[in-house]
Amino acid sequence: MELINFLIRHQREVLLLTLQHLELVAMAVAVSAIVGIPTGILLTRRPGLSKPVLALANILQTIPSLALFGFLIPILGSYGIGRLPAVIALFLYSLLPIIRNTFTGIQGVDRSVREAAHGMGMTNWQLLTQVELPLALNVIIAGLRVATVISVGTATIAAAIGAGGLGTYIFRGLRMNDNLLILTGAIPAALMALAADFSLGFLEKALAPEGRFPRGGWKKWGVATAMMILLLGTGIVLSGRNPSAQKSRVAIGSKDFTEQVILGELLAQLVESQPGFEVVRRFELGGDLCHRAMLSGEIDAYVEYTGTALMAILKLPPKPDAGEVYRLVKSEYARQFDIEWLEPLGFNNTFAILVRQDDADRLKLKTISDALPHARSWRAGFGQDFMSRQDGYPGFARAYGLSFKDPPKEMDLALTYRALASAQVDLIAGNSTDGLISQLNLAALEDDLHYFPPYQAAPLARRDMLEAHPELRRSIARLTGRIPEEEIRRMNYQVDGEKREIKSIVRGFLVRNHLVTGP
Amino acid sequence: MANRATPVVEFRSVSYAPEAHCSLVSELNFAVHRGETLVLLGRSGSGKTTTLKLINRLLEPSTGEVLVEGRSTADWPPIGLRRHIGYVIQETGLFPHFTIERNVGLVPQLEGWPADRIQRRVEELLGLMGLEPARFVKRFPRELSGGQRQRVGVARALAADPPILLMDEPFGALDPLTRADLQREFAGLAQRLGKTIVFVTHDIREAFTLASRIGLFKDGRMIALADPAAFSRSDDPEAQAFLASLNGPSSFHSLS
Repeated sequence: MELINFLIRHQREVLLLTLQHLELVAMAVAVSAIVGIPTGILLTRRPGLSKPVLALANILQTIPSLALFGFLIPILGSYGIGRLPAVIALFLYSLLPIIRNTFTGIQGVDRSVREAAHGMGMTNWQLLTQVELPLALNVIIAGLRVATVISVGTATIAAAIGAGGLGTYIFRGLRMNDNLLILTGAIPAALMALAADFSLGFLEKALAPEGRFPRGGWKKWGVATAMMILLLGTGIVLSGRNPSAQKSRVAIGSKDFTEQVILGELLAQLVESQPGFEVVRRFELGGDLCHRAMLSGEIDAYVEYTGTALMAILKLPPKPDAGEVYRLVKSEYARQFDIEWLEPLGFNNTFAILVRQDDADRLKLKTISDALPHARSWRAGFGQDFMSRQDGYPGFARAYGLSFKDPPKEMDLALTYRALASAQVDLIAGNSTDGLISQLNLAALEDDLHYFPPYQAAPLARRDMLEAHPELRRSIARLTGRIPEEEIRRMNYQVDGEKREIKSIVRGFLVRNHLVTGP
Repeated sequence: MANRATPVVEFRSVSYAPEAHCSLVSELNFAVHRGETLVLLGRSGSGKTTTLKLINRLLEPSTGEVLVEGRSTADWPPIGLRRHIGYVIQETGLFPHFTIERNVGLVPQLEGWPADRIQRRVEELLGLMGLEPARFVKRFPRELSGGQRQRVGVARALAADPPILLMDEPFGALDPLTRADLQREFAGLAQRLGKTIVFVTHDIREAFTLASRIGLFKDGRMIALADPAAFSRSDDPEAQAFLASLNGPSSFHSLS
């Protein structure tokens, strides 16, 4: 019931993501058929090639999808995110069933039929088009069916590289620990796979040369149905991407966690409040995909953190002074990338060393150094990110001379909060802006040695976009210093804790701060 | 067109060896004359079918040459040659996805005949083969009995009125009674149509029913070539072995 309500409330987005999903699959399977069917035919003419080619296609299919996306990112350079790599990966996965079924379908044509065709004086082309392909057609369709079903499933993972589709909900749900969201992505994807399986399965039976429908009526009906579905799908997809005339398009990006989506939405609504602008939202891009997308011009603006830019993008050593870091990344981005850093938003999203509030009160802990004497009898839990980063656990423990009863447990970041609250661990490293800090009654210890570099949040924009639209620079500049830590923490909690909608939270913030005119 | 004296098919020192030291037929020298039915008789694997496929160039001789109407098969365009020769095989090779009408009309269609002429020809041939056209044209091969399918196979081979017919054990898979019916009908038909026929079988009764002459095959060679009367007097041990089977107990059924 809850799910149905959610689907109704978000029907536009669900529809959009479903269409994106469908489009990815349709493009990939179509290209795969265009390449795979001729390849399969070629293999029947050159049987010596069949073993190596099928082996290669087989190997391609065993590559885990995330790994394949990973390989494609450096190969495709600035096109390494979004729809192109997703379609390429799905295309590669679809090749094997299509090539193999075309090959075995044609090989399976009765020897005597082929001999008779030769003996009648059919040319090779006539043999192929009048005899072999019609007789192999249902087997070829079976290959397309397998390829389509695989693609519908794999396409959910494409959301990780910004290709959109129903996987967006699944990833968002996993991140927010929200089963409803996961189902919103998983159920339409499963239905789509079933529908593809059923309709292509029907076609497969209808086109069997000695199938159930020998009189041809059903055959035509099946083909007609398939054509209808195809046309309808294309029609919807095409109508969905009809760009409205005269408006300037600005693409706003965000990384793949709640705070980033809030900030992306904030930029998007500010731009939309300007007359004559239309916003394309390219949210939830993982890893450094936002940066790559800026370089390739796929997005025009997003919010970045100074420390991340310094170390992860520019590969420079950490520095303690916030102002110095900001000036450094600003000048380097302008010089290297033609990207402009606008003024910081006001908060710093760094690692926060967290303990339970009652421990902090009882032991009178204010700073990390205060906690050192107790740590020997404590257990700690850290997210994968913190355990592996250059500025994460190893350097942190060294800087403070910190050691625990057991080696720290490595677990999912979201779980560390619950583990701390339920006293399974005694110290964790969270995000300083996380809404759960106040909700779970946790206390952040002050980084008295200034080990963690500053991570000030500030909007970035492509210089060419700012020069073309100076009014956007003025509009975004009004956010300067308007989002202190409590504010972002509160908005984060409204999304993760209260499950409220990001769009309306952002709208409320903008109206309260007179950044846009009220409804 | 070759004159009456030219053999319709002629083998000159023909051998076929797909790999060295492994020849399927060797040193074939014989001629087939206009209007005759030459039956190639022999055990399985004796080279009869290979010989047949050398005529319509499904195989090409390793040495020697095969002439069709006085012209080496190497000089014929292979497609044109095959459309000039009707071909019937044991498994019929009917196209399962075509109706009987399309199966029979295939070669005329490939040759670009107009549709109404194809239709008339199909009906004529089905009638000739004892299949009522109205009942059969729209059916598919799997809806027919084995004997009916074989009749369709013969009709298809005759469709473009080729002067030569190659038949590879066309009645081999049928039950004895149906086989006897078809043999008798086909013997009469062959005479009326005046086709030159090369017919492969391992059944000596069939050979006697149909043959103008019988060519006996053993181990890839033609070891005897004679008309049925002369063949029945042959003292060749292989010929004797075949003739002996004529007097075996199974002949009891087919003496009618």
